[in-house]
Amino acid sequence: MSLDPVLLSRLQFVWVIAWHILLPAFTVGSASYIAVLEGLSLVTGREIYFRLSSFWIRIFAVSFGMGVVSGIVMPFQFGTNWSRFSDATANVISPLLAYEGLTAFFLESAFLGVLLFGRKLVPRWAHFIAALMVAAGTLLSSFWILATNSWMQTPVGYEILDGRFFPKDWTQIVFNPSFPYRLAHTVVAFYVTTGFVVLGVAAYYLRRRRFLEEGRLMVSMTLWLLTILVPGQILLGDLHGLNTLEYQPAKLAAIEAHWQTGSRVPLILFAIPDEARATNRDVLEIPVLGSLVLTHDPNGTVRGLKDWPADQWPPVAIPFFAFRVMVGIGLLMLALIAASWWLRLHDRLFAAGWFLRCCELASPLGFIAVLAGWVTTEVGRQPWTVYGLMRTAASVSPSLTGADVLASFIGYGVVYLVMFSAGLFFMARLVRQGPAETGEGEAPIESGRPDRPVRALPSEAEPEVESGRAS
Amino acid sequence: MTQTVIDFVPIWMLILGFGVFYYVLFDGFDLGVGILYGFAPGLEARNLVMNSIAPIWDGNETWLVLGGVGLFAAFPLAFAIIIPAVYFPILVMLLALVFRGVAFEFRYRDVAHMTFWDHAFCYGSAIATFAQGIVLGAFIQGFEVDGRQFSGGSLDCFTPFSIFTGVALLFGYGLLGAGWLVLKTQGALQDWARRHGRWCFIGVIVAIAVVSVWTPLMRAEIARRWFTWPNIAFLSPVPILTLLLAYWEWRSLNNRSEVAPFIGGMCLFLLAYIGIAISLWPMIVPYRFTLWEAASSPSTQAFLLVGTLFLLPIILMYTGWSYWVFRGKVRAELGYH
Repeated sequence: MSLDPVLLSRLQFVWVIAWHILLPAFTVGSASYIAVLEGLSLVTGREIYFRLSSFWIRIFAVSFGMGVVSGIVMPFQFGTNWSRFSDATANVISPLLAYEGLTAFFLESAFLGVLLFGRKLVPRWAHFIAALMVAAGTLLSSFWILATNSWMQTPVGYEILDGRFFPKDWTQIVFNPSFPYRLAHTVVAFYVTTGFVVLGVAAYYLRRRRFLEEGRLMVSMTLWLLTILVPGQILLGDLHGLNTLEYQPAKLAAIEAHWQTGSRVPLILFAIPDEARATNRDVLEIPVLGSLVLTHDPNGTVRGLKDWPADQWPPVAIPFFAFRVMVGIGLLMLALIAASWWLRLHDRLFAAGWFLRCCELASPLGFIAVLAGWVTTEVGRQPWTVYGLMRTAASVSPSLTGADVLASFIGYGVVYLVMFSAGLFFMARLVRQGPAETGEGEAPIESGRPDRPVRALPSEAEPEVESGRAS
Repeated sequence: MTQTVIDFVPIWMLILGFGVFYYVLFDGFDLGVGILYGFAPGLEARNLVMNSIAPIWDGNETWLVLGGVGLFAAFPLAFAIIIPAVYFPILVMLLALVFRGVAFEFRYRDVAHMTFWDHAFCYGSAIATFAQGIVLGAFIQGFEVDGRQFSGGSLDCFTPFSIFTGVALLFGYGLLGAGWLVLKTQGALQDWARRHGRWCFIGVIVAIAVVSVWTPLMRAEIARRWFTWPNIAFLSPVPILTLLLAYWEWRSLNNRSEVAPFIGGMCLFLLAYIGIAISLWPMIVPYRFTLWEAASSPSTQAFLLVGTLFLLPIILMYTGWSYWVFRGKVRAELGYH
């Protein structure tokens, strides 16, 4: 078997970005959650918000650190493995990526330190502002990264000269057709993901009869939020789907495994797509519902993959199943929230053991849904890097051999497994320790990573820094 | 394409040139501290050595991202040719930096495996440095280019010259790290830092001398740049200043001055940096593409410049403040419990 540098480069990109995306999926949501807790603590003066905020800040710090380290790898992937893509698209996408770097760097240096270590050193309102700014920063990072990604999906505002893309209109480039939907859908997905993590941690405490007050507050608060966000997310997903139908119909045909163009198409619940024969096996479908869902009209026409030459088809099975995983998880989440309302109305929300157990089990669901959604949209974009304009096969660095990429892929594989399992282990330990222990003032600073100057300001914890100068 | 009034290329050359140099100096000294960490006598010394860079190393490392993305944005052709050409050094550098970075965090959370994380920190620092030195050597040697793409093999960057610059950078960062430790420590540990600083200094001077002879022999255009009249007159201050600085640095490593070794090391780096810039000017993909040929479109450079001119000064002011707050000697009682 010969090693294909294109395929291996894609697998390597999948590997490094899939791990990396898990961190923003949690840090974006938890940064906002921390800002809310800080705000509540400031307004109500209640001690419990303070304890909870301190607890989540510690977990946030570990995940943010891992996000930074795995994030450094990302921009270099464009150069090492996708140099043709970089050369062709740099004029358009590079400032978007650079703005992401500058913004993240700016916020990291300016506000993260205050949030992590400045509790005793700055007034409470300033700590709240720092939390707000960090939350805003994670959202701004998402903004720029998703603007870049969306432009690759629905490119506009460019002109092509000598096979390279040049910017014509920056407003169009940034606010390209799929961007608003992708941004909303992704950010809400990150919030929901964090929500289920918080819910799971709280349920873990309640089941073990520890930190009961904290656990109840987290369960109640989070379920209110999820009651709004989960149905809202399903609505946003529908809108995003309509947008995909308009701008990337071939992707949608792959997601739905539609081979023939037609009206009154069925909604396929399950099937085994057979790409070689361009047909489906073992189909379970509901008549007409496909047209209704996709076009909001029972007689609506939905294009099938056979409308395009086969060399422009994305893989069908992967987006088809990934999409069903995502939607299935969405429905599971909805069911859990419906159950929570039934329990809440019967005043049994914190007493029903089976429900708490379900909440615990549901805590990784958001991550799986995020990965599934991302696989759906990125595999569905194939065989293009810039949709309809630049092929993935023409994007890879021409100098790479299969063996080169295999070697680097193994390197990333081993290092990421070690790093992420260690990080996960430390976060799990923080969760087991619980909010009370971490709430007592600022824990001693154990490492330099998120460590920032504010900690060295005169304080009882660290008086030595300033005094050492005399000697 | 549209006609523009301002040429953004020199502005971006200065910004990127500054960013790369900032990275080399600042992550350079904390990587150097990481290398020296492996030679530190005993646990207490190791704690102090690591403490001395704990608050600032991550800020320094972030400049690597700004450098990479900045090259991509301002001179994308150089990015698209150089980065794949140094595929393995970049890979090794990134993985080493990952290990080194998490070692900071995990060494204190995972006392049972402290030796493992100690090694991760020291070897991670050394390997990342060596890999950066290889990138530098490969860059000076130039790349095989076909059209707008690198056309050589992924192992071409490993040559005797690039291996030599890799080793040279170990001594260079070691010298910066030793200078930093002289500044931040006292007593026996400071003497230890001076002693290792002297060894690194000898390595650096040998490296500067060898590279100064090797590069003009390797590339005729570099020999012409330096040794033809009147260039030789205009450029002679560079080697002369280097010699004077070398003398000053050696003296300050041997007497009791606390700040001078660090400043001297940084100035030696500046002169070496200027020397390389003179050799290669105006190329950004050496011997193939000039800064102007590799630049992104004026619209791209302008769009990014707006935000950069706003954000960069704030980042720099804040960084300066953070160094100011952390000024003074590190002490054993600080941090890490």
